[in-house]
Amino acid sequence: MSAALGIAGAIALLLGIVILAALLTWVERRLLGFWQDRLGPNRVGWQGTLQIVADMVKIFFKEDWVPAFSDRALFVAAPAIVMATVLLAFAVVPLTPSLSIAPDVNIGLLFFLAMTSLSVYGVVLAGWASHSKFSLLGGMRAAAQMMSYEVFMGLAVIGVVMLAGSFDLNTIVLAQKKCWFVVPQCLGFVLFLIAGIAEAHRLPFDLPEGENELGAGFHTEYSGMKFGMFFVGEYAGIVLISAMVVALYFGGWQGPLLPPGLWFGLKVSAFIAFFILLRAALPRPRYDQLMSYGWKLMLPLSVLNLAATGAVMLAA
Amino acid sequence: MYIMSALRTCWLTFLHLFHRTETQQYPEQKPKLSPRYRGRIVLTRDPDGRERCVSCHLCAAVCPCDCIDLQKTAAPDDWRPEYFRINFSRCIFCGFCEEACPTSAIQLIPDFELAEYSRTSLVYEKEHLLISGTGKDPHYNFFKPAAAAPPKNPRSLLP
Repeated sequence: MSAALGIAGAIALLLGIVILAALLTWVERRLLGFWQDRLGPNRVGWQGTLQIVADMVKIFFKEDWVPAFSDRALFVAAPAIVMATVLLAFAVVPLTPSLSIAPDVNIGLLFFLAMTSLSVYGVVLAGWASHSKFSLLGGMRAAAQMMSYEVFMGLAVIGVVMLAGSFDLNTIVLAQKKCWFVVPQCLGFVLFLIAGIAEAHRLPFDLPEGENELGAGFHTEYSGMKFGMFFVGEYAGIVLISAMVVALYFGGWQGPLLPPGLWFGLKVSAFIAFFILLRAALPRPRYDQLMSYGWKLMLPLSVLNLAATGAVMLAA
Repeated sequence: MYIMSALRTCWLTFLHLFHRTETQQYPEQKPKLSPRYRGRIVLTRDPDGRERCVSCHLCAAVCPCDCIDLQKTAAPDDWRPEYFRINFSRCIFCGFCEEACPTSAIQLIPDFELAEYSRTSLVYEKEHLLISGTGKDPHYNFFKPAAAAPPKNPRSLLP
């Protein structure tokens, strides 16, 4: 009985996340509009809130075309992998003290890292299965970018794990009762945020897509709802990274006066807005610049952060 | 330093949240068009109410997209066109026809709302193009040139 309830709750939560991710397409277009002195979509429904319904109707009625030259099985599987890994990673995110799909998983953070690593497969397989050069280039870039940014993402998070003494996200959130980890781990926070942006392949690190060089990169050949799943998967990725940043560095659901769920929501939306602001503000670096930032700057910095955190902990 | 300039860019972009939007909400809020705006093409009449067009074909000849077609009437003293046709699905609103016209007959006016449901209804015939007024050139009359008036006696101008 309780298992059935748990499954129903998990499905409801995941559906909520998907709907939220879809709604983010409208939020992003509106915010980008305001930041570019435009209005953005404001016609469908009040202030354009129903834009997502119109987009959904449109995308469902598009021809769902699988190119004859593609590797059919992988081509169909790729968007599902992207979507599934992102949604699975949500299982360990503590939304409130009691609400979480898989509470008290003692390897929560490792599970998140594993799932974000797996989501690379979706992108790479999409690029490979499309059998087109733009897609392949996008997939290759995705593979290289994710691998190099995954490395220091893991290293940056270790600082938090050392301070909290646990991989369990609930414990990590509770350990920030007195002081958010962004204070002792400010360098780690910046590194994790940058790695997170690269992980969600959002601007300025959206080289796998690179619409002005590669068409749309790894999803050039996708249409209809398969493309929609990449799209929603990307936005779910933004929500995921924002939620993880909040849980790891900004005290998760903790905060005065307001209920914990609301605090979590507020903090996450602030980071989502920051993600969108980055898109509005920053240009994309060159591919070699991206790689050299990752290996020559971020990786040494994260090792330094790790060593400094360890030294301080030993001294204390 | 790249980081500082990136942060500055982010901040400046964020400030644009408080700027006025440039968007004009078009169907509710009409744009301001100057009188010289090159929109729909009309055929004008002279101050006496006659059609100005003398079927010289200069507009059709200069038209870069060949969207103007016309023919003079067969009658010897009638210079008006028998038909005058503009295909607005081809017209690029360059205004060359207006520049070429020796009698100020063909003119572009500030109206761009030409949408139709079928392409054939974008072909405007003479009755659709002709307006009853003189357009931008209120006094010009091809059939009453200044030279045709008897010369004034300059003495009459003296005080």
